[in-house]
Amino acid sequence: MSVAAGSPPRRIVVVGASLCGLSAAQALREEGFSGEIVLVGDEPERPYDRPPLSKQVLRGRCGPDTTLPCRPDLDLRFRLGTAAAGLDPRARRVVLADGGTIAYDRVLIATGTRARPWPGDPGSGPLHTLRTRRDAERLGARLADRPRRVVVVGGGFIGCEAAASIRAMGLDVTQVVRETVPLVQALGDAVGAMVAEVARGAGVDLLTDRGIDGIEAAGGETAVVRLDEGRRIETGCVLVALGAVRNVEWLAGAGLAVSDAGVRVDAECRALTPDGRVVPDVFAAGDVAQWPSAVYGGARLAVEHWGNAVAQGRVAARNMAAAGGPLARHDHLPDFWSHLYGLTVKLVGVPDGADRFAVVQGTLRERRFVGIYGAGERTVAAVSVDSARWLPAYRAAIAEGAPFPPFTGALDQPGFAPHPLATA
Amino acid sequence: MKVVVDLNRCQAYAQCVYAAPDHFALEGAEVLVYDPAPGDAARAEIERAVQACPVRAITAFPDAAPGAA
Repeated sequence: MSVAAGSPPRRIVVVGASLCGLSAAQALREEGFSGEIVLVGDEPERPYDRPPLSKQVLRGRCGPDTTLPCRPDLDLRFRLGTAAAGLDPRARRVVLADGGTIAYDRVLIATGTRARPWPGDPGSGPLHTLRTRRDAERLGARLADRPRRVVVVGGGFIGCEAAASIRAMGLDVTQVVRETVPLVQALGDAVGAMVAEVARGAGVDLLTDRGIDGIEAAGGETAVVRLDEGRRIETGCVLVALGAVRNVEWLAGAGLAVSDAGVRVDAECRALTPDGRVVPDVFAAGDVAQWPSAVYGGARLAVEHWGNAVAQGRVAARNMAAAGGPLARHDHLPDFWSHLYGLTVKLVGVPDGADRFAVVQGTLRERRFVGIYGAGERTVAAVSVDSARWLPAYRAAIAEGAPFPPFTGALDQPGFAPHPLATA
Repeated sequence: MKVVVDLNRCQAYAQCVYAAPDHFALEGAEVLVYDPAPGDAARAEIERAVQACPVRAITAFPDAAPGAA
């Protein structure tokens, strides 16, 4: 069991003023930490929620102010609009992009990710990404001009949610997906095929198995997207949704184990050196952290999920506030939700490496079902579409390492009929 | 007010929709859409929604005072 060392901290610096950082700050106060909490953020806004940006905000159902609720008595100090530029664990200080420094007793790295841009995208003109509030405002303003066709590049969740939202505004949408079906890496071919059918049914021009040779600016807000098969699409707005890049560059030279997969931490959220030793007083959590998952035999996970940002931020906070005594472990089972074309898709667990899939309740055709993912003899994940109330039972079973299927008495199928799963 | 709903927890029991119909809505079977920044006049309704949620998925607090942390 790991035990906290040293004297109680007086100043804790949280680098990253987003969901994870705010969750950690709240948990620090709940743990009784009465010292100074400083949140450093590169964006000018107080911590805000991102999931609505691709959904109700994009559709104009609510304004772009998704500031997260915050207990009024937290007594936080914010350093907003200033990115962190370096970490010096020996001197215990964070270096800011404006040249300032902030000393810490303990620091939490929660710098998250940023949208992966199209190569050469200047961040203006017809090309858009969707990650920040500023992105959502710029894209929303462009969509309000009702461009005659929007091209969405990418078949992940942001691309699919945005395509659904933009189509719901009555705009023509072409979505270009490199894979055979959208969401195939996240959910596999069967669920991805269902999403493709729903998207096409909603009137999205969904092009799968298609690459893009180039995007040419055509003056002002217009562009031409050149597909690899030669087709050219003239468009007034391109949303590039090609996933995220972890914000780790500022940690160069800090002596931490850092890669494109994130900041390596132990189960107690403590940052590690490349040879696996704990870096004193440096913690990481949220999208930027890569942790060993006890649920999956110690496999290193790094996820970009709302639920993990909250949960891991809280565990890190508890351990940062500790002065002696056992440390808490992050034994979180990953989970997320998505809203697509009026359907709610929820996943618990990690289907990476799964080779089988079975619908256990409902049917794909009804678009209302629970499905499970098997890897070897184990159930590693479960998905629900408009069947969220069934999912907690599967969550508990997956966390305990259940077989595949975890229970047979719950089937409403003629029999248990797993199919081979493709995720590419 | 500022509102956030943990949609991992939400199971679409729709009690918030009854408690604060101007600020929470269900679209389709389970898609909960809500206003993340309702006016302070909505405070009583929003607090009823927080209490009504059977899975305790809603968090709401009044806006931070300008300049305060």
